[in-house]
Amino acid sequence: MARFAIGDRVRISDREEARHHRVPAYVKGHEGVVERICAAQGQPETLALGEDGEPIQTVYRIHIPQTRLWPGYEGPNGDSLEIEIFEHWLESARC
Amino acid sequence: MSDKPQPIGPHDVGGMPGGDIDRASHDYTFWERRMDAMVYLLFKKGMVRDWAEMRHQIESLGPDAYERLSYYERWAAATAALMIRRGVVSREELDRRVAELKESAG
Amino acid sequence: MTDEHHSHKHPLQTDHPEPSSHHELMGIALNDLLVSKGIYDNAEMNAMIESIENIEPNTHGARVVARAWVDPEYKAFLLKDGMSAVESLGLDPGYAVLTAVENTPEVHNLVVCTLCSCYPRFLLGRPPVWYKSKAYRSRVVREPRAVLREFGTEIPTGVEVRVHDSTAELRYIVIPMRPAETEGMSESELASLVSRDSMIGTALAGRP
Repeated sequence: MARFAIGDRVRISDREEARHHRVPAYVKGHEGVVERICAAQGQPETLALGEDGEPIQTVYRIHIPQTRLWPGYEGPNGDSLEIEIFEHWLESARC
Repeated sequence: MSDKPQPIGPHDVGGMPGGDIDRASHDYTFWERRMDAMVYLLFKKGMVRDWAEMRHQIESLGPDAYERLSYYERWAAATAALMIRRGVVSREELDRRVAELKESAG
Repeated sequence: MTDEHHSHKHPLQTDHPEPSSHHELMGIALNDLLVSKGIYDNAEMNAMIESIENIEPNTHGARVVARAWVDPEYKAFLLKDGMSAVESLGLDPGYAVLTAVENTPEVHNLVVCTLCSCYPRFLLGRPPVWYKSKAYRSRVVREPRAVLREFGTEIPTGVEVRVHDSTAELRYIVIPMRPAETEGMSESELASLVSRDSMIGTALAGRP
């Protein structure tokens, strides 16, 4: 079961992780909105080691306004970035 | 946020200064085409189970190798490391074959 | 290489100059060992190279886009379930989840993989070198409009530029907007307007 729903505000974790993982530094710690529930896929952290990636995680597409990511962003306020984030890297955003 | 998150490794480049984008295309060499196909074949054979394995091996090459090697040289090094790890080939026989190739190239 | 493969569309000639760096030789050595151990044989290797090279943007991705342009039901299907929609045209959908994103008068989509080089190869073939470059991967998430301008693509400020960073086993294809004055065109004529870059999002579809 997906923990988050479309439209939920979420925060992308910025915890330390020494293993292989798929959360680029530039989005860590940022908040966004769930745009779509994409798939359920194995965790890259353990798939990378030849393991089975369990427990499978829901993968969400998170919508983040560019102006929140980059101070002094060149473009208009409406521009955005969308990125796939595994559920174990997401937290509820405190409004 | 307190501290700015650090890049995961040399591959984690999103948002960094990047310089000009070279849009020139090039014809792939046979070596590159075969290296490319090798990974897909190994996938098909179940010898590479997930792209995460390949990515992990590429990222484990270290910052120096990541910057210095070409795209498919990284694939060669990563695929070799993965096949060694999986016990498909040994480090010794790979080194021996590389030495033979160097020898025959003179 | 043996002579039996000379009939292939892309002859598998050796390189001049021959590969000589340590890592190139490592790749050759690995191939030799995998063949000698029976993991695969040369015929399988050649067939794999050929099947990879048979996938080109104009024969695969552009067909999907052109169909979506002429058939609203197909477009809805493609947006909802990309893999099945691609399969329904007789194309191999690959193993990652295909997500089609549609350009509209309000949104222009653009695709990148900042962490490596994820790309819808089963629709567009091997990625262009620039797509894999550090320059594109680093800059396009931060200054997409500047990057687009370098590609000759100006997006009006009233249109949202939406960058997709591909990090999981999903692959993105952009459905560019259908150009004006293409009403009477056939599906294959339309497909010829759909460039590779327009399906990555760095360009618009061509004009007739």
